[in-house]
Amino acid sequence: MPSDTTEIILKGISGAPGICIGKAYLVDKEGVDVIEKYAITPDLVKKEINRFKSAVTIARNELSDIIKGVPEDLRQHSGILETHLLLHKDKMLYGKAIDLIENEMINAEWALREATSQAKSMFKNIEDPYLKSRSADIEHVSERIMRNLVGRKDVNISNIDKRVILVAHTLSPAETSQIQLEKIMGFITDRGGKASHTSIIARTLEIPAVLGLDNATQIIKNDSIIIVDGSQGIVIVDPEEETLIRYDELSKRYETRKAHILRTSDLPATSADGHPFTIMGNIELPEEIVAVKDHGGEGIGLFRTEFLYLGRTHFPDEQELFNQYREVAELMAPDPVIIRTLDINGDKAITAMSPPEEANPSLGLRAIRFCLQKPDIFKTQLRAILRAAAYGNVQLLIPMISGCEEIRQTYKIIDEAAESLEKEGLAYNRDIPIGIMIEIPSAAIMAEEMADLVDFFSIGTNDLVQYTLAIDRVNRHVAYLYNPLHPAVIRLIKQVVDAGKKKKIKTFMCGEMASEIINLPILLGLGLDAFSMAPQSIPGIKNIIRKISVKEAKIFLKEVLKQTSALDTMQLITDTYGEILANGTYDENKDSA
Amino acid sequence: MNMLGNNLSRQAIVKNELGLHARPAAMIAKVAIKAKSDVWLCREDEQVDASSIIDILSLACLKGTEVTLKIETPDDMDILNEIITLFENNFEEKR
Repeated sequence: MPSDTTEIILKGISGAPGICIGKAYLVDKEGVDVIEKYAITPDLVKKEINRFKSAVTIARNELSDIIKGVPEDLRQHSGILETHLLLHKDKMLYGKAIDLIENEMINAEWALREATSQAKSMFKNIEDPYLKSRSADIEHVSERIMRNLVGRKDVNISNIDKRVILVAHTLSPAETSQIQLEKIMGFITDRGGKASHTSIIARTLEIPAVLGLDNATQIIKNDSIIIVDGSQGIVIVDPEEETLIRYDELSKRYETRKAHILRTSDLPATSADGHPFTIMGNIELPEEIVAVKDHGGEGIGLFRTEFLYLGRTHFPDEQELFNQYREVAELMAPDPVIIRTLDINGDKAITAMSPPEEANPSLGLRAIRFCLQKPDIFKTQLRAILRAAAYGNVQLLIPMISGCEEIRQTYKIIDEAAESLEKEGLAYNRDIPIGIMIEIPSAAIMAEEMADLVDFFSIGTNDLVQYTLAIDRVNRHVAYLYNPLHPAVIRLIKQVVDAGKKKKIKTFMCGEMASEIINLPILLGLGLDAFSMAPQSIPGIKNIIRKISVKEAKIFLKEVLKQTSALDTMQLITDTYGEILANGTYDENKDSA
Repeated sequence: MNMLGNNLSRQAIVKNELGLHARPAAMIAKVAIKAKSDVWLCREDEQVDASSIIDILSLACLKGTEVTLKIETPDDMDILNEIITLFENNFEEKR
């Protein structure tokens, strides 16, 4: 590499696979969730209040100008803007924010945020949909003041008029919906992870995305050339000519392979020697069903249900949950929809009930532990699931089971939910398959005993690897140790699959491990029955399964079990299956990219 | 209800189609803000500050709701009357 190189390589999280090269477009607006909170000293309270007041004044002047710009004959429609003008000085917003600055000695931005959310919460119990939606007016007004407080220009994403790569600190659902997608080649954000709304949208639309880059918005300048490698989670700023040529080629090859593999996605996943496998999709929103079907998924193997519980101030009610589950069940019928019950806390905090701070959230009160402690919240969800089960092939999946006792306690609550539905005369189906996630080593070790209690196992590899190897996935210092091919992980999975076979129940895998083709020879050799993954990974995995013989994979597994490190295992896979695997993916060999 | 006869409160019915939505709420608040003392908008046993649009909206008064307006001092009688007129004129909306 020449010494005068100017290219900068940024590493983030892969939000959606694919490669694109284009010009950066910075969205110069921060979402509400990045507002800073800091204390102010008593002598500065007055100054802070004045800062707030002048932001309100500027905001009102802006709005007055907008109103003046409305043509005479359209004036009657500007009534809502006049209302907004008054709202700027409303006691509940303006007065409240000043009170907060004064009494709690916090900065104006945070005070405004607090006042806004309090004002909005007054609308949550209103049933009339029109009046309820007026809380959006408060939000608009608050946003305008906030922009003036933070000192940022009003950027309208919907006005982007060229094909660009969007660079943002964070993108709210409202903003993502504003974007004209045919104009966007890719997304880059400072914040966000694999499960963020932006990532889901990008994956659904198959636009390359790299998230969690920390400071991309500070490093990347408007209109600079950038390469987004969504598959690797890499962004290259101001690339060298050589790099450009290499990525241009990679991108073309990626597209060609993708087109080829997509064409075959409807073919069944039957191994080279005739063993059929079921390949399903993981989803978080009903909208993703389309992607699952388009990519040849034969059911929903993991329906994550946290989305409706996150980022809001109250828990969803049974009807809201039921409507969503029923929609998914009906759309997928007769294929299965495996609904995983609430898996909150850990890395996903819920605002409706602020949990106590935990030193080790992933080892703390989460998932089934949380649900068993809050049987009312749990029962609401179970009732919604049992009711939806009357409309399709719904199955129930319980996360984070660590012992048999938790299964028995869960059954008790399921029975209570069913009894209450029976009493109320509502349509439901209690007679559905119930499975557990195997993601805690103790569950894997006790698999044989647990198999007597449930109808199926679903191995969640992300957590199983993390707990088995004692690695905090979020901790960068130890992340290099995270490897699903660690011999201990493979042995643990084998134990689970063997227990399932002995007790004649099926074992699925729904973690990331199942969506990486390098793992497939081992997984087929282990004898798993079905796999579930991000919809976009389905065609590639089906394609690779068709090229592998289960009989040979079983023999290969014996060799794998002799290995003592993940590295050796990896080498063995490449030596044995390298050629098959290299031809089966959209991505080039990772080393060359 | 005030039984002393100095009529510091009056009743009104929401007649416009969408109820007390943003625009009517803004019209009420605009008048109430001028009052010397507090002006209250009440529905059944709930009472909100009539000078706050947000407060009025949160009362969620649909068409046909009966409300009571209360002032604290006779000095604000003009304000009370002005708001009642707004109700009677259906907030300048067509019927």
